[in-house]
Amino acid sequence: MKNQYYISAHCSISDNIVRYNNEVVFAGTENDIPGFFLSVYQHLGVKYPKFYKMDNLAKLGWLTAEVLLKDFDKAKYQPTDIGVVLTNANSSLDADKRYYDSMQEIASPALFVYTLPNIVIGEICIRHHFKGENAFYIFDRFNADFIASYVYNLLDIRQLNVCICGWVELLGDEYKAVLFLIEKDGVMPFKTENINKIYNPTQTLSEKEGF
Amino acid sequence: MKKVYLVADNVYSPLGATTTQNFEHLVNGVSGVRQHDDKALSDDLFFASLFEKVYFQTDEYCTKFEHLLIASLTETLHGVDKNISDKKTVLIISSTKGNISLLETEQAGPELDERIALHSSAKKIARHFGFVNEPIIVSHACISGLVAMITGMRLIQSGQYDHAVIAGADVISKFVLSGFQSFQAVSQGLCKPFDADRDGINLGEGAATVILSADKPTGEAIELVSGAISNDANHISGPSRTGEELYYAINKAMDAAGLKPEDIDFISAHGTATVYNDEMEAKAVTLAGLQHVPLNSLKGFYGHTLGASGLIEAIVSAQSLKQNTIIPTKGFSKQGGANPVNVCSQLISTPLNRCLKIASGFGGCNAAIILTKSQQDI
Repeated sequence: MKNQYYISAHCSISDNIVRYNNEVVFAGTENDIPGFFLSVYQHLGVKYPKFYKMDNLAKLGWLTAEVLLKDFDKAKYQPTDIGVVLTNANSSLDADKRYYDSMQEIASPALFVYTLPNIVIGEICIRHHFKGENAFYIFDRFNADFIASYVYNLLDIRQLNVCICGWVELLGDEYKAVLFLIEKDGVMPFKTENINKIYNPTQTLSEKEGF
Repeated sequence: MKKVYLVADNVYSPLGATTTQNFEHLVNGVSGVRQHDDKALSDDLFFASLFEKVYFQTDEYCTKFEHLLIASLTETLHGVDKNISDKKTVLIISSTKGNISLLETEQAGPELDERIALHSSAKKIARHFGFVNEPIIVSHACISGLVAMITGMRLIQSGQYDHAVIAGADVISKFVLSGFQSFQAVSQGLCKPFDADRDGINLGEGAATVILSADKPTGEAIELVSGAISNDANHISGPSRTGEELYYAINKAMDAAGLKPEDIDFISAHGTATVYNDEMEAKAVTLAGLQHVPLNSLKGFYGHTLGASGLIEAIVSAQSLKQNTIIPTKGFSKQGGANPVNVCSQLISTPLNRCLKIASGFGGCNAAIILTKSQQDI
């Protein structure tokens, strides 16, 4: 019989709102992205000085993972059994532009290191001590089919027992992150239709989207 | 589980436009790395492996990065009977920085953002060749090429596709060079992988393509048996202090292939020639019990070609298996460090059947794949 995996939690941050399993857990009043991210960080009440060094994409991914994993019992698993598969459309272009501006004066290594999209995965792995498979893919939109089938396979072939996956996008003043925690146990089956619904709750999308 | 074979490949580098030309140069010890004086790239003189300026210029149709990918794909697909417009064929693109150099020359704005986006390049290339499925793009720092191969392997093993055409490229711009220079990571001369006096990387331009297929080619074939990816969870710009996480990926790939340390005939290392990378790799190789296995780094020939490097080095390794020839580590002369590994400094001709290819990158990522020679059908 085909194995079934479940969305045991999900978190989204967009439009100044943080949602955990569909419930609004924080709403910001700031008009700027760094101000909003800082207010989310402060709301969480954690001390993690590295947060201040991150670029906006890494902050977004880190905050979303922080909320996503608040009730996750990682002690049930080996660090190498937990993986992170992320996607977005504009890679690290936001950090690229900031680094490019710094180049005109003195090129900044602290900015250059964020000119790779997978650094957000690195930040999440450092924070939560995840050591399993990690990969960053680029698509022009949230590709629910790819995530559902590729992550399903990673779990099914036992490369991973848990996967944090989804979309982390930020460019200029536009941003959106939606992350899913996928495990063996849960209520909501991990499939294209369900992650699409969570990604875009107001729209009904055909399962045959893409390709 | 389905077997996955390498059925066609191409390395397109300053050393040559085909895998054969490249391998000939490697056997003869010819490097693409030389000193450059180019103010458009750097105020100071620097060593890198770059294409001559007349090749691959950005024009109205394509950027330099896209021209390079198209050139490598064209060479690979020439004479291959795989039907790329087949529904069971997928295109996978690997790059770290793609079109980023356009920031330096083009007018800023939403149109430029769209043009820089890797999915725009991937779609253009898919259309150019007539791929029908949406391309998949991997951008995962310096392990992108190996992640792309592992992704392709998984998609074939799971039965979703029968063939994966995997192409990777990166070009060297002021953006990339200045970044590595800001890290003090660029060598002032030719890089010296695994050498006691190594002092940093050379950067390089290049592209490579490999076609993976569930169909076994006739005659002797190279098989991509297994692959694994791990994360250090330690530091975003420095490798693990212990090498344990790369070791984990190596071990997992070897386990999946059912191989023991004595089964591995040679290792193609990442070997960037920075102090910390090479030391970490040596630790991981030692943890895996592979410290006596001949090991090389090709960075002294190609420089670090970023998103192309994993593919270039995997293809050269496959060629090594076919030719029973291990390429020496150009730039290496003096063994150093507390973890000595068996760095090849001379060309070795010996029967070869199995190779381990490894890579690591920013973000704490590591990857390992196993390539084997499958015997001829009787």
